[in-house]
Amino acid sequence: MIKTRLIARLDIKNEFVIKGIHLEGLRKIGDPLMLAKMYYESGIDEIIFMDSVASLYGRNNLFNIIENACKEVFIPITIGGGIRSIHDIDAALKSGADKITLNTQAIKKPELIKEASRIYGSQCIIGSIEAKRKGKSWEAFIDNGREQTGIDAIQWASKLEDLGVGELCITSVDREGTKKGFDIELVQNICEIVNVPIIVSGGAGSTKHISDLCKQKGVSAVAVASLLHYNLASVDQIKNAMKQDGIVVRI
Amino acid sequence: MSKKIVIIDYGIGNIKSMYNAFYNIGFKPELTSDNRTILNADAVVLPGVGAFSKGMENLNESGLHQTIHEFIKKGNPFLGVCLGMQMLLDDSEEFGLTPGLGLIKGRVIKLPIQPNSIEKLPHVSWNELREPREGRWDGTILKRVPVNIDVYFVHTFIAVPKYEEDILAISDYGGINFCSAIHHENIYGTQFHPEKSNQRGLSILQNFVDLIK
Repeated sequence: MIKTRLIARLDIKNEFVIKGIHLEGLRKIGDPLMLAKMYYESGIDEIIFMDSVASLYGRNNLFNIIENACKEVFIPITIGGGIRSIHDIDAALKSGADKITLNTQAIKKPELIKEASRIYGSQCIIGSIEAKRKGKSWEAFIDNGREQTGIDAIQWASKLEDLGVGELCITSVDREGTKKGFDIELVQNICEIVNVPIIVSGGAGSTKHISDLCKQKGVSAVAVASLLHYNLASVDQIKNAMKQDGIVVRI
Repeated sequence: MSKKIVIIDYGIGNIKSMYNAFYNIGFKPELTSDNRTILNADAVVLPGVGAFSKGMENLNESGLHQTIHEFIKKGNPFLGVCLGMQMLLDDSEEFGLTPGLGLIKGRVIKLPIQPNSIEKLPHVSWNELREPREGRWDGTILKRVPVNIDVYFVHTFIAVPKYEEDILAISDYGGINFCSAIHHENIYGTQFHPEKSNQRGLSILQNFVDLIK
């Protein structure tokens, strides 16, 4: 049986893990390497490092962090935020990341997804969607939830699949950091039309929220931040709760 | 004497992860595409993710195709991981029909998931390893590995060995049993990523090193 994956999402600013609400109002949480190691040792299935200020080439950049994390963490690692070119993707993969996520640049330059998946294989290209509810639909946002695009998030998900992404990561900007639960309707709408694995992020405030989400058909993985960072639940507690709710997880 | 482990660097995939995994269990593998270094190794690993045709193109252009054959003839342990395992077979249906290294009889095909299945492609997940028959794992890279352990997979294509004896492990996805590890004499292959499958994955790599005589 395949397992629903529990992913720790570490948003990085300078050399710190930070956490905001609606991707804004950032607070320092701690050292990325220490947190990554801790979550790894407690049985997390994957880790996503997101550069929240897209400062890939700044001092203490994310590549250095990943390079060090990969020496001690032997599970899949994803890097995102600020990746703009094949050159950046190459550098990210060389630093030890297994997968990269693209949002802003995918919208600005969709051919990048096509080219990247041809060169590196679609399995390492994740299309990231930051969606904000707009009446009865959702709009895709870029620049870490700051800029609107006028693009329908659901249609964009389908387009990303056509371009060749191997997975999609859906973040509800409305729910992100609120601990109010996931935007299930958004997830359902996307799961209905795409056939690649879907990672959902943004809103987990309790183990029940996670179980409710993972019961939806088509959800392959859930990414959590606040729950873990603020010690509201441990990896064990979340996985055990998922298991009790009939979700198949790796214990 | 310290064991000389070589990871073949042919310009594809995340080879650093493989290096880090071996380093963590106490070895310092060499990353190289140098034919002589490969031939002198005690054990060789062929990693790789991505497209079969691109991988084979790189192996053919660099002369590594021949080197791998020569190394394997020496009888030292060889491990292909993910694409590195798939390339051990005769050919792949990935883009048209691309010839592989031809070290294991069989073909690489797309996971035959039904279009209406809830399972998706690529197969990205932790999934279980099963032993094809009791005792098959004895003395191999999967020795002492608990049956049904979870390891990390990310792939769309699968290897279909012609001979059942070459199948070392079986996994299931979307109701389809597929070959998740192969073994033929000194040749091993894993469809999953031992270097990304936590401590258990590392113990599989340790078993591989232990095969060095």
